[in-house]
Amino acid sequence: MPEDSAPLIQFCAVSKDFGAFRALNGIKLSVARGERVVVCGPSGSGKSTLIRCINGLEQIDTGRITVDGVTLEPGGRGARQVRGKVGMVFQQFNLFPHLTVLQNLTLGPMRARGLSRAEAEETAHRYLARVRIPEQADKFPRQLSGGQQQRVAIARSLCMEPRIMLFDEPTSALDPEMINEVLDVMTELAQTGMTMIVVTHEMGFARRVADRVVFMDAGEIVEMAPPEQFFTAPASQRCRDFLQKLLHH
Amino acid sequence: MIRIALFLAVFLMLSGCSGNWGWYVVDPRTATGMNNLRFLLSGLEYTVYLSAVAITISMSVGLLVALPGLSPFPWLRRLSRVYVELVRSVPLLVLILWVYYGLPQLTGLSMSVFWAGVIALALSDSAFQAEIFRGGIQSIARGQYEAAYSVSLGYRDTMRYVILPQALRRILPALGNQLIYMLKMSSLVSVIGMQELTRKANELVVVEYRPLEIYTVLVLEYLVLILIVSSGVRWLERRLQSDER
Repeated sequence: MPEDSAPLIQFCAVSKDFGAFRALNGIKLSVARGERVVVCGPSGSGKSTLIRCINGLEQIDTGRITVDGVTLEPGGRGARQVRGKVGMVFQQFNLFPHLTVLQNLTLGPMRARGLSRAEAEETAHRYLARVRIPEQADKFPRQLSGGQQQRVAIARSLCMEPRIMLFDEPTSALDPEMINEVLDVMTELAQTGMTMIVVTHEMGFARRVADRVVFMDAGEIVEMAPPEQFFTAPASQRCRDFLQKLLHH
Repeated sequence: MIRIALFLAVFLMLSGCSGNWGWYVVDPRTATGMNNLRFLLSGLEYTVYLSAVAITISMSVGLLVALPGLSPFPWLRRLSRVYVELVRSVPLLVLILWVYYGLPQLTGLSMSVFWAGVIALALSDSAFQAEIFRGGIQSIARGQYEAAYSVSLGYRDTMRYVILPQALRRILPALGNQLIYMLKMSSLVSVIGMQELTRKANELVVVEYRPLEIYTVLVLEYLVLILIVSSGVRWLERRLQSDER
């Protein structure tokens, strides 16, 4: 089988519990190389947990996840290896407040990828230009707006040269006028062929960018369809209810 | 604060002119007074040196004890807990006596007064340092760990470059307190003969028999020393804060 046709990410019957609460229940999902998947669903439906399992921020309780040839299993030790291939952008940005923008971007490459300072800074400047804030390199995170901080966070992940990018509600903590500057950067990233899984309620973004939309509820994948089908003819009642609420608030 | 201290000093000097004070023992205008003053101040170096070495050790030990206290493994947490509870329960003076007179019998090695003092002070303080570090590290949001892990940092790099630098900024006021506490508690080491500020004052009192004046000078010595240290800590706090803004 040629390498390209194998799925880049594969969930096999994955479950995850938080105490008595079942966050993920028998998830099956394959994501192909270069595919853009948007995950949506009501809060508490398990969508954040789903993507946090991919880079081992959450340990799964049953099943198996394969990420670019690395297997994550309950109690397994693949997390560190997977994190080298997977970048993640968080709702709260999680920039390192005591470091400058440039230092935020070079820490991972220098410590984990073994780049020299010069190489790491060169990479950092390249990605800062790509997220359109090349002039902020020497500022501290709190001197930037929310939208700028989130773009720095995206650049920080890209500096690790990941094969997959995960976005956990990247625009939910932003003021409305800053949402688009972040979505634009993400759209551009999608156009470069990056494999992306995005948890978001930005349905416009899903329509424009996604190859597939995954709808989750109560820890299960309820529906999975290309955006035009998902938005015009959702199969399940739960999904219709969700879209109703989202579009008419 | 420095101004208050100077005012206090001048006030005491002036009141000495009228009341029952005998400031002649430490009057710098006379040869004996000057000698006595020099003698009192000669302990300063030991007080500072002893405290500096002890706090360096106690901070390192404190961190080493705090980290297992935050581990996901219960038995490691218990180990850290037991250390803190045990060490914290022993009065410092008792610990000093035990280390200086007791420990050599146990190990068969004799110990200098200086190192006995350092060990007792550092040991006693390390329990408090551990609690300070634990609190500081716990105050850092989970998202910082997750961000560090997501750029492939391991536990050690995450601690060294992301968590500890932030925790240190937050616990700086508490560490400053601990340093001041250490400078004051070092006076207890005088009981085993350490030639620091308090011991010097005790020795001079025996010769001159002017405890009021001599101990007043001792009070002022500690006061000035600690005011300098605390303004140093505050300067450091301001510098580190302006770093982030």
